[in-house]
Amino acid sequence: MAARRFSGVISRSLSLSLRPLSSSLISQGNRCSLGREVERFSTAAALEEPITPPVRKTFPTLDPRTGEVIANVAEGDAEDIDRAVAAARRAFDEGPWPKMTAYERSRILLRFADLLDKHSDDLAALEAWNSGKPYEQALKIELPTVSRLFRYYAGWADKIHGLTVPADGPYHVQTLHEPIGVAGQIVPWNFPLLMFAWKVGPALATGNTIVLKAAEQTPLTAVYAAKLLHEAGLPPGVLNIVSGYGPTAGAALASHMDVDKIAFTGSTDTGKIVQELAAKSNLKPVTLELGGKSPFIVCEDANIDRAVELAHFALFFNQGQCCAAGSRTFVHERVYDEFVEKAKARALRRKVGDPFQKGIEQGPQIDSEQCEKILRYIKSGIESNATLECGGDRIGSKGYYIQPTVFSNVKDDMLIAQDEIFGPVQTILKFKDVDEVIKRANMTRYGLASGVFTKNIDTANKLTRGLRAGTVWVNCFDVFDAAIPFGGYKMSGIGREKGIYSLHNYLQVKAVVTALENPAWL
Amino acid sequence: MAARRMSSLLSSSTTSTLLRSLGNYAGRGNGISRFSTAAALEEPITPPVTIEHIKLLINGQFVDAASGKTFPTLDPRTGQLIANVAEGDIEDVNRAVAAARKAFDEGPWPRMTAYERSKILLRFADLVEKNADEIAALEAWDNGKPYEQATSDEIPLFIRLFRYYAGWADKIHGLTIQADGPHHVQTLHEPIGVAGQIIPWNFPLLMFSWKVGPALACGNTIVLKTAEQTPLSALYVARLFHEAGLPPGVLNIVSGYGPSAGAALASHMDVDKLAFTGSTQTGKIVLGLAAKSNLKPVTLELGGKSPFIVCEDANVDEAVDLAHAALFYNQGQCCCAGSRTFVHERVYDEFVEKAKARALKRVVGDPFRKGVEQGPQVDSEQFDKILKYIKSGVDSGATLETGGQRFGSNGYYVQPTVFSNVQDDMLIAKDEIFGPVQTILKFKDINEVIRRSNATQFGLAAGVFTQNLDTANTLTRALKAGTVWVNCFDVFDAAIPFGGYKMSGHGREKGIYSLNNYLQVKAVVTHLKNPAWL
Repeated sequence: MAARRFSGVISRSLSLSLRPLSSSLISQGNRCSLGREVERFSTAAALEEPITPPVRKTFPTLDPRTGEVIANVAEGDAEDIDRAVAAARRAFDEGPWPKMTAYERSRILLRFADLLDKHSDDLAALEAWNSGKPYEQALKIELPTVSRLFRYYAGWADKIHGLTVPADGPYHVQTLHEPIGVAGQIVPWNFPLLMFAWKVGPALATGNTIVLKAAEQTPLTAVYAAKLLHEAGLPPGVLNIVSGYGPTAGAALASHMDVDKIAFTGSTDTGKIVQELAAKSNLKPVTLELGGKSPFIVCEDANIDRAVELAHFALFFNQGQCCAAGSRTFVHERVYDEFVEKAKARALRRKVGDPFQKGIEQGPQIDSEQCEKILRYIKSGIESNATLECGGDRIGSKGYYIQPTVFSNVKDDMLIAQDEIFGPVQTILKFKDVDEVIKRANMTRYGLASGVFTKNIDTANKLTRGLRAGTVWVNCFDVFDAAIPFGGYKMSGIGREKGIYSLHNYLQVKAVVTALENPAWL
Repeated sequence: MAARRMSSLLSSSTTSTLLRSLGNYAGRGNGISRFSTAAALEEPITPPVTIEHIKLLINGQFVDAASGKTFPTLDPRTGQLIANVAEGDIEDVNRAVAAARKAFDEGPWPRMTAYERSKILLRFADLVEKNADEIAALEAWDNGKPYEQATSDEIPLFIRLFRYYAGWADKIHGLTIQADGPHHVQTLHEPIGVAGQIIPWNFPLLMFSWKVGPALACGNTIVLKTAEQTPLSALYVARLFHEAGLPPGVLNIVSGYGPSAGAALASHMDVDKLAFTGSTQTGKIVLGLAAKSNLKPVTLELGGKSPFIVCEDANVDEAVDLAHAALFYNQGQCCCAGSRTFVHERVYDEFVEKAKARALKRVVGDPFRKGVEQGPQVDSEQFDKILKYIKSGVDSGATLETGGQRFGSNGYYVQPTVFSNVQDDMLIAKDEIFGPVQTILKFKDINEVIRRSNATQFGLAAGVFTQNLDTANTLTRALKAGTVWVNCFDVFDAAIPFGGYKMSGHGREKGIYSLNNYLQVKAVVTHLKNPAWL
């Protein structure tokens, strides 16, 4: 019941720019001040008409196809983080969100998933426009995964079980799995909505409130989705979105003394800073999803055509801008030449162009900084004597398009085999035997994911255990179901997102021990 | 009630052994020094143990520090030297990590069956039981805690914890997971690798078991740094571990200081995991070092200022007794000490009166004397800090009901001290004193005491005393603390998870939850051809 009332209140606030007032809300006129709570979303939502007159600082968000301004977005800074955290704090300490039943919370998440489906065209267009990814990819792969994730977490909301625990004496012992409080979440620009779902889904399902910082490159879809979440009945203050930069808004969030938890997805270098800020401030626990240099291992008995196609996909998907990209393609020497030939042919066939054009596989890179970084790595590959099979240049002079690039004869000590390039650059290495490839695959500070291609069960089992990576895909790659945990070994991160494991990130465990008088059993 | 504390684990066999061994010393003193008599302490009793191990343990061998340096470990009863112990530094940490790395990457430990690992843990527990008296004596001597407490509470609990984790070794289950397409999905829960562990001086052996137990049960290898105040007992039991069949390099012990050996371990690029128990300040440094180096995940068990809430309907006598134990146990040197005693105004005066009387009855004296409840604080630094806090309590206008001085003139004994009329903003109500200083505060209603209890950077534990079910439930949910003890305190069963909210720590130790600290989750996704079902 409470949820329905609040849904009414918030949709009134939002409706100023979205739809006419509904009569049932007039009696709640005394709650009009809630309108202030949501102006953050509305001012930042470029596609909506701004409802806030005060002129504040903004930053431009650019179209990667041209480098031109899409919109000027409200730029959140430390003061905005303070306001957002105060709202989240109040919503957690006093608001209805952690106090309503888990069933009510789950229904809000389900309604939100329905709204995501209803608005998937708009959202996919916004995502493609802002990040440069193919519209078809956003519409057919990412948006369905986003609504699927929220339905998954809606199902978890009323299944957060604690334990009863056997005691060594006359005690009744139980554990309560409690929401942790105010969660700070910092999401990256490569999959803005998917990362929103990975972060927001489990935090809300477990009853927390949120301050989310969107990446400065891609601020648009998060505010759109947040608006839908309020339409679905989310109480004010439960989800606050601050668009802005890492060193200002991001650092303020990571350092905030009233944020109980922080989750970050981004580079390993920034992840270290986030962890340090958390340590220096209030020791908030941190989940980190960081970089990778994931091996994609093609054994001699693998189905080569399928491995070529999947290796291509594993690297080039999303313009190569994936933390889990299969960016070290290890191919057995017996099939190496055939593989390189076919991988080159596949890369040459890759359709690069305007992300809104039908049939396009690859759009522009996200921005000039990334574009230049990738070109520097390509130059480094050539200088270190890897064989450039194809690509190597940018496409056109406008925007940030890069040719699908394939290097063969890559050695482990080359920079292109060690660093995360985060672009459409495939590096193909040769190996002789399984023990050798395990050793080489593990010789990296990263341990995010890996791919294994073989028909032999012993080879598959050996590699699966031997690889130090959070995910091993066997004869597949980039399977990102909601139930599969994802996260890194080593410097690829701390903790797991998705799946049952992700709930731990947003729960505190409270042991409750009660003395028993004359118990019937122990 | 003794039965409601962890002394419920008291084993009659160790007790009788204890009585026998103490008989040897019965004639040396003139009876028990009660705090009320404030009698001067007599000559310290000779502990029933000889020191055998003072070197570092690396790759199954007791070795000198690379520098050849040693440091003195002192007797808290006198401040006199017990032994000079090899002082580990960066180079020794490097050697120990290399041994642990090799034992993990190439050794038999992660490759033997979990059943074999569990049998080694069980044999170790048996060996500790066999040598319990000597180990307890070492612990009491080095730390200053009552020998009886070590034999009756701590060593049995230590043994129990290793048997508990032996049982987990062959029950580390991953999951199989439903997929949205033609995939077979499973998770493997793998050992994380080389675990660095830094333990404190207040419960050297118990903290050893909380750290080493789960790490070994999960198949990891270890470099453990003991506290510089209490290096002795870990070396003794580590030797027993090797007797029980632990392969060399699996458990390495480096005695030494925090800023040198501890920092080297926390910063090490080849350590895959770090667990630390100690102060919040040091915990922040440890986490910073882990972040700056290789982002190793960190478990932290830090400070506390735990509320002990006595409602008006509580059994006051029982609450007085447990509040006393909750604070004074182990010389007040417990991270979860009930160090803010909140008492309802209707029973406040009665409670204070009785708490004072109980403190006056507390038996302070040589830890090796029978019947002694309280020994000396661990060292001069802690001792001075506690006396400063007592002075601050007096200066800030709290009522000093009893105590307030050092006890005797030798060693680091402090009188059991009780303050009443303590206000929330006084330093003694905010800081972790880590000494025998009880602070009693008054409250009027439940919502008020919840708010005040939670108004702290800490969130380690809490005690609730009431007969009313609704009151118990309200407090249980609202208190922001990792443990809520209802009508009991300091129940430390192996299966009960322990850890902090807020700045009291990260993660949980003990119980099923503790296994997560030492496991990596690997998702394995295999493509399926024409599956019979999905």
